[in-house]
Parts: sequence; C-alpha cells; structure tokens
Amino acid sequence: MAVQRRAIQPLGQRPRVLQMADVDKSFNGGVVALRQMSLDVHEGDFISLLGPSGCGKSTALRLLAGLSSPTSGRIAWEDPHGAGDLSVVFQEPTLMPWATVAQNVWLPFRLKGMRYDQVKDEVLEVLRLVGLEKFAGAYPRELSGGMKMRVSIARALVTNPRLILMDEPFAALDEITRHKLNQDLLELKAKIGCTIVFVTHSVFESVFLSDRVVVMAARPGRVIREFTIDAPYPRSEAYRTSADYAAQCRAASDALYQAMGEAA
Amino acid sequence: MSLDTANTTGFAAVDQEELKRARAARRERLGRWLLPLLVMALAVLVWNRVVVWNDIPKYILPGPVLVVSTLIHDAGILFPALLVTLEITLMALAVAVIGGAGLAILFTQNRWIEMSFYPFAVILQVTPVVSIAPLIFIYVDNRLVGLLLCAWLVAFFPVLSNTTLGLRSADHNLRDMFQIYGATRWQRLRYLQIPSALPYFLGGLRIAGGLSLIGAVVAEYVAGTGGIGSGLAFRILEAGYRLNIPRMYAGLLLIALTGVTIFGVLSFLSHLLLHKWHESAVKRET
Repeated sequence: MAVQRRAIQPLGQRPRVLQMADVDKSFNGGVVALRQMSLDVHEGDFISLLGPSGCGKSTALRLLAGLSSPTSGRIAWEDPHGAGDLSVVFQEPTLMPWATVAQNVWLPFRLKGMRYDQVKDEVLEVLRLVGLEKFAGAYPRELSGGMKMRVSIARALVTNPRLILMDEPFAALDEITRHKLNQDLLELKAKIGCTIVFVTHSVFESVFLSDRVVVMAARPGRVIREFTIDAPYPRSEAYRTSADYAAQCRAASDALYQAMGEAA
Repeated sequence: MSLDTANTTGFAAVDQEELKRARAARRERLGRWLLPLLVMALAVLVWNRVVVWNDIPKYILPGPVLVVSTLIHDAGILFPALLVTLEITLMALAVAVIGGAGLAILFTQNRWIEMSFYPFAVILQVTPVVSIAPLIFIYVDNRLVGLLLCAWLVAFFPVLSNTTLGLRSADHNLRDMFQIYGATRWQRLRYLQIPSALPYFLGGLRIAGGLSLIGAVVAEYVAGTGGIGSGLAFRILEAGYRLNIPRMYAGLLLIALTGVTIFGVLSFLSHLLLHKWHESAVKRET
C-alpha cells in the first residue's frame, strides 16, 4: 500500500529532509525575488510560508520543487536517492479535464511507467481517504471546486512522496469549504505522516494548520520571522475559537504587518 | 393559511417559469431543424414557380424538378465522377491531417524548426491555389498526384495552425507537474499536449474538410479536360461546353451535398471525442 503511516516525532527530534541554505534568486532585469533564504524541512513538518504578495513565497516553492534553480546558495536533500521525491498542489486544481478522477490520480504512477491495474488499489485507497471513492469514474467538470481540490490532493498523496508542496491551494475556495479542507488536510496528515510546505497569505490558515510559520517580507523577498505553533494536533474546529489560537494569530499578524511595513 | 397559499403560489410561479423555459428549449430544438428546412422548401418552390410562370427555357434556368430528374437520369455519369472527386477529397484530407498535425508536432518539439519553416507554410497558404496549380500540372506527370497536391495545399494549413496552437495551450501548471514527476518529452506529448490540442485540431479538421473539397474541385478545373477518371468538376465543365445546364445544376447539387455531408460527419466525430469533457460540447443545466 502506497499510503502508509509514518510516525511523526516531536519538533526538534525530526530527521531533516531538505535544507535550503543562503539561497538568492534573481531574475533577468535585476528583480531580486529572494535574498538569503534559509529553511530546514524536517520529516513530519507542517511549515507555512506566510507573507504578502510579491514576497517570493511561490518562488521559494518553485525552487524547492526543482522547477527553477537558485542564483546562489544551495538546496540539498538529506538523502540523495530521495532527491526530487515530491509532489505539488497548486492554487488551481490543475486536473486534466479529458481524464476521469481515477486517471488523474493515476498520473504520477503512469509517468513512472506503471499500468493502472498495477496501482489501482493505491488510487482507490487514496480516493477513499479524501472521500471521493464514489467519483473515481467522474470527469473533473462534474465536480465542485472543493472536490476538484481533493482530487488534486489525492494525486499529490498517492505516491507517498517525502515532501508535499502546496501553493495557496485553498485560496480560491469559499470559506466553509476552506475550513472543511483545512480540517481534512490535518486529518490526512495525521493518518499518513507526510511532510508539507504550505504557501499562504492567510494568517488564520497558517496558524491553524502548521507547526512552524515562516513570515516573509517583499522587495526583496526574505524571511523576517519564524515561530512555532505549539498547539497539539489533532486540532479541531474548537481550536479555531480558542484563546490560544487568537493569541497566535495576533502574533503572526503583527509579524506580517511588520513585514508589509518594512516593504512599504 | 394565507402563508400556505403564498407559498404554494410561490412554488407554482417557479414551476411556471421552468415550464416556460422547457417549452422555449423544445421550440428552439425543433426550430433549429425546421426553420432551415422551411426556408429551403420555400426557396425551391419560388425557384420552381419563377421558372414555370416565366416559361424560362431549360438552357437558361432549369427548374428544380428537372435538376433532380437529370440527377437520376445522369446518375451513370455523375456518380462515378462524384466517387473520383470524393476519393481525391478524402485522400487530400488524410494527407492534410497527417502533414498538418505532423508538422505541428515537429514545430512544437523544436522552436528552430518552427522558425525556419513556418513562414513558408504561410506563403503556401496565402498564395491562391489556382495560380500554383498550372505549374504543378506541368511538373507533375501523374494527374492524381497533381490533384492531391493542390487539394493538400489548400487544406493543410488550418490543421497545422490550429494544432500548433493547441499543442502550446497545455496548462502551464500541468506542464510543471509533468516536469516534477520527471515525464519524458514523449510522455508530455502523449499525455498532455496531444489531449490539450484535440479540440483545436478538430476545429481545424472541420475547416480542412470543406477546404479539401474546394481544393479538389479547383484542381480539377485547372487540370481541365481529358484523361480517364474525371471528377465532378470536369463533368460540370464538360456539361457547360455542351450547354447542358440541367446537368451542371445536378453536378453542383451533388458537390454541395458532399460538402454538407463532410461537415456533418466531422462535426459528429468532434462531438463523439469531446462530449464527455470539453466545455464546447457540454450541455449546461441553466
């Protein structure tokens, strides 16, 4: 079974998966998208990159994904054999409209040369995890926005990668759906024990989801604060209304305002 | 009590509206077929009356009845000719599809190839085929090959330009995803670019279907008389020389029907391939 549970160690005892050290990224025309960014990703982390638009958080994600390479600095995987063993969830569901839900989830396996019947169990298992097993034969256009995003998440999970990158995946959804998917994502993560780097511009989302929040500022994109959210998992809807959550959100907001103030 | 009535009437009003919408939709479905047929019938009737009332001689304007009876009477001449024209049309369409889609794939695989050859494709397209055709028939001995070449020249461009556009229009996030999963160039083409290009390709194919018939007919005109296996255009030309106007009309009718049939078949093919997923073929509920 591809979808297995990995035990999550407490913060501070987790083995490192990936290290980003002193990374600069500038584009032609002299725009500095990232300056001196360092980030350690450990197994089982849920890291949020939080910042205003233009702060380079998506650039950082593309660098981690290997879709572009740093101008200077380095990005190193702890285990060279596992380098690049990752998946991405974009803001758009990014499904192939001509393929059914099951075929879309099969894609990562298909590109590795595996036939559908070889991996059918994994595909159906992960669809069950995201609650879409009844829709395996449906086409994306028949699904709601939230369901499409679940398919996209299922596709990211199906190969059980070492790292999952999420680029504002819930930003385009309505609030109720977003809260539901936040909740479901945490449950999935608890079940599977995956490692997630999550880009968002929502303070509330970052605090609710992650155990580490990295606050970034724009022009040039850089990290200005990093703090941990100690609230234990599983976090439920009750956590959203707790005093602890409010306090954490306020701290993150302050950091974010500072980030935007510095940029302005 | 009054609340209840209000509610019921409220629901009834919604139902009325829905019923009205359903009726309108039914009328539109019917009208889509019926109206063109009515207009056509009316036009044929007017044509017939004009010919009969004005006593127009058949060598100037034959009536519709005469045209149809000529079609039946001359079937022995016209239908073999139709087969010849159809054969050239379909072969040209097949070559246009293979050539157009093949070139499009080549273009999208390598920008240098596209930069080098795309302008020539445009030149071939914008030069009227009637002006190239005489040269083609001088240099190409084989009549069939000459005809094919002419029809292909007219028909391949829409396939080429549409397919190129389609192959390029694959979602950029999906491209990134393919890259992350380490897809090969062939996998990207096969699983991403070709499916993305399919609706564009089918649009080009529908245009190319009509154009290859035009190309075949024009080429026959230019190739002129003579030779065995002459097509419809040649028969129309020949009938013109003999002032056999009813047969000219019968030939024209056959060509028009052929064009409509090709368009219909290609539209149906497009529907078959796209109706499950593409926006253009999906029926909306509201």
